[in-house]
Amino acid sequence: MSVTDTTPPASHVGRALRRKEDPRLITGRASYVDDINLSGQVWAAWVRSPEAHAKIVSIDTSAAQARDGVLAVYTHADLGMEAGLPMAWVPPGIEVNTPDHWVLAKDEVKHVGDPVALVIGDDRYGVADAVEDVVVEYDPLPVVTDPEKALEPGSPLVHEQFGTNKVCEWSLGGGDLEAGFAEADVIIERRVVNHRMAGAAIEPRGVLAEYRADRLTVWSSTQVPHFLRLFLSGLLGISEELVRVIAPEVGGGFGSKLQIYAEEIGCAWASRKLGRPVKWIEARSEGMMVTHHGRDQIDTVRVGAKRDGTITAWHSKILADIGAYQMLLTPMIPPLSAFVMCGVYKTPAVQTDVVNVMTNKFATDAIRGAGRPEATHMIEVTMDQLASELGIDPLELRRRNFIPPFSAGHETPLGIVYDSGNYAAALDKLLEHIDPAQVSREAEELRERGIYRGIGFSTYTEICGNAPSRIVGPSGFGLQGGGWESATVRVHASGSATLYTGTSPHGQGHETGFAQIVADRLGLDPAQVDVIHGDTQTGPFGLDTYGSRSLAVGGEAAARTANKVADKAKAIVAHQLEADAADIELRDGKFSVRGSPDRGMTLAEVAGAAYVPENLPEGMEPGLDEQTFYDPENFVFPFGAHACVVDVDAETGKVDVVRYVAVDDCGPAINPMLIDGQVHGGIAHALGQALYERIHYDESGQLVTGTFVDYALPTAAELPSFETDRTETPSTVNSLGVKGVGEAGTIAASPAATNAVIDALRPLGVKFINMPLTPMRVWEAINEAKGGAA
Amino acid sequence: MSSTVPVRLNVNGDEHTLEVEPRLLLVHALRDELGLTGTHVGCDTSNCGACTVHLNGEAVKSCTVLAVQADGAEVTTIEGMGSDGDLHPLQEAFWNQHGLQCGYCTPGMIMAAAGILAENPKPTEQEIRHGLEGNLCRCTGYHNIVKAVLDASGQSTEVTA
Repeated sequence: MSVTDTTPPASHVGRALRRKEDPRLITGRASYVDDINLSGQVWAAWVRSPEAHAKIVSIDTSAAQARDGVLAVYTHADLGMEAGLPMAWVPPGIEVNTPDHWVLAKDEVKHVGDPVALVIGDDRYGVADAVEDVVVEYDPLPVVTDPEKALEPGSPLVHEQFGTNKVCEWSLGGGDLEAGFAEADVIIERRVVNHRMAGAAIEPRGVLAEYRADRLTVWSSTQVPHFLRLFLSGLLGISEELVRVIAPEVGGGFGSKLQIYAEEIGCAWASRKLGRPVKWIEARSEGMMVTHHGRDQIDTVRVGAKRDGTITAWHSKILADIGAYQMLLTPMIPPLSAFVMCGVYKTPAVQTDVVNVMTNKFATDAIRGAGRPEATHMIEVTMDQLASELGIDPLELRRRNFIPPFSAGHETPLGIVYDSGNYAAALDKLLEHIDPAQVSREAEELRERGIYRGIGFSTYTEICGNAPSRIVGPSGFGLQGGGWESATVRVHASGSATLYTGTSPHGQGHETGFAQIVADRLGLDPAQVDVIHGDTQTGPFGLDTYGSRSLAVGGEAAARTANKVADKAKAIVAHQLEADAADIELRDGKFSVRGSPDRGMTLAEVAGAAYVPENLPEGMEPGLDEQTFYDPENFVFPFGAHACVVDVDAETGKVDVVRYVAVDDCGPAINPMLIDGQVHGGIAHALGQALYERIHYDESGQLVTGTFVDYALPTAAELPSFETDRTETPSTVNSLGVKGVGEAGTIAASPAATNAVIDALRPLGVKFINMPLTPMRVWEAINEAKGGAA
Repeated sequence: MSSTVPVRLNVNGDEHTLEVEPRLLLVHALRDELGLTGTHVGCDTSNCGACTVHLNGEAVKSCTVLAVQADGAEVTTIEGMGSDGDLHPLQEAFWNQHGLQCGYCTPGMIMAAAGILAENPKPTEQEIRHGLEGNLCRCTGYHNIVKAVLDASGQSTEVTA
């Protein structure tokens, strides 16, 4: 049986069409960066610091340079660059301590993996050998890896010049917090730790840079080719029109490839210097060190509520360990939590205080969800704690606080306007699939065998569709810019079409979903619509893919552009058939006169008329090619309800996820198969963090989880099959009614799993536990609750 | 460059003789010497399985085999499984069941799944999950990969929790 739908459609949108991307991917014919080789190509490898913090006393490159096949070894001074890697998004209105972040370290290294020298040679294995021959003398400096200690007086300083490790403080609030707490019958406070994790896309990063005849072409495994072109141009002083960036097939990103990396700039620089194409492919052990991490917060959550469960005030303090440097969006990721700290609840007063602090670790930045998983984790774990404190059922507590259904906007005390929502309906739908009372009965039976079964929930909303310039830009919230998206639809002379999108997918399925949108509007089959992305030379400027923005912003741009093409087609048909343009409709793949379906033209016939323009309406330009830049009016706010059932072995502390049920609402489905796929992967990412994954540095700043041996990604054997369903509440923001779904699973799932484990352990006296819920930590919690030593 | 040694490989039915460094990994021989770039590298530690190929009919991680160790062997890569228009049942099933997103782990997944089905033509869901333990995917949460393997083995894709 196939999940895909092969019945002839009235509309392609809404169908589970199997993907247009897949034939090349399942046959090994796709081209990822490392699959591309150029004549004369040489290899780059990086000498990286083994020290977490040290002065560079000397670098001796002579032995490496003397090796056969080594073309050059560069250090900081050789590059002669005036600026380092960019940091482009800071919270407005505050001072931010931002250190220089050079492509190659200058004078000091600040984290394990900080690049010190760049080796170029003619052989993939040979450059790795040569790296070992570069002798660097370090003078170690004191190290700090604990963000709380980093703020204490006398702490080692990551960057001496600031006199502090604090990067910035920033707050967002709304409503009367003091009055809210004064009104509360109960106030609880929890320390919620959201530990550091990796994006861990299975394709490592990679770069191939070719500078030839004054033009630079860079292939990079990136989510952001357009941003990369802009910064390459600026940092290397090459005029932007002469720089082309191509994101070829990209093997996953999850935020980790939403970045401007030293390796991208360094390879491009070396290619220009040497006149040779330069390739670098990341080793996984490099990736764990120097592909940005995410999360890493210690959150203090304080909530006030009435005896009946009504929330009166919510105050969160976020201490974010952002590592040694600030990369593209680093300082702004922790603050993103603040925008959705009301969650799906009528919280009348809310405040979030963020402190970003530096330590001798690599930088954090956006990882799948970027601020919203942290927010939802704080909210939903604390909701269960509050329910327990008040003796109210966790779902009943949620229902008493839900924002009632709304379809035309709900303004939170923060001034954020949610577009549409029906949170109770999502929870109702969830409970059609899972009966908590049944799980409780099962739990009682299993307990006799030493297995503790628990159920946990999470009801969430999030913010995506980055980003309305009106709201976030300089005249709105005050960020450096918003985020429109572009689309061009080009109808070819024979009647097929190409969509150029400014978004840059890396597994999501844009080539299929966007083709469905365009096909419906032009009377084509999706097979006749080719979707081109990820190449700065082929389409208009775009703002790439992250933050679940592609469909809600880029898909809407595609729809609007296809509508423009359809309007022109109708005008041509009306002219040729001597009818009124208002009477032309698209029916059965033809633009025909309403009421006379045999009087009409196919898109191919229209294209013929447009490109051989002997009979066009007066003043109409030839051609059938339109473009749109769409800047949304608002964000979109997907939501849903998730449930997780776990079994905990009290003897070993091992947690097994036995059921996971997800109801998500991202508006009307363009392709339900793609939605399910995004939800599955999102859930797995969060279950990985909740149960297994952790980027861990020891006190000396050494990365303990430096490979996939130690960084425990979940395998198929650890995860269950997922049960998914949807409600469909259209967004009012865009004509498709769509919201994002790429991060929803990740945003919802970590608190559901954590709550499930706490529920399971409650009979053993465990009231609270922080992620990662490894056997060791769970076992310790059980023993502590028993009064025994951990 | 160290000295090289000759290696004979039969890859997807074609005979090749290569001169390689003794330390050259099979995966790099396939990719860089023979241009068969469908086999991928995702880690340094033989954890991810993106490089899985068949060596004399058995699924192996080609980043853990030296090219010289494969001397005289028959190797099947994803390119040898089928091509567009003539797909292997597993390729067809991965397509139909949306068993891939970014596609990077997919060739290894398909080769590993073929290894499972060769030994156990009607595996249960749990047998598939344990059989794929050596192959990592970050996109799909494995849900549709498991369904694809059930589908390719001619079984119902109704997975249970």
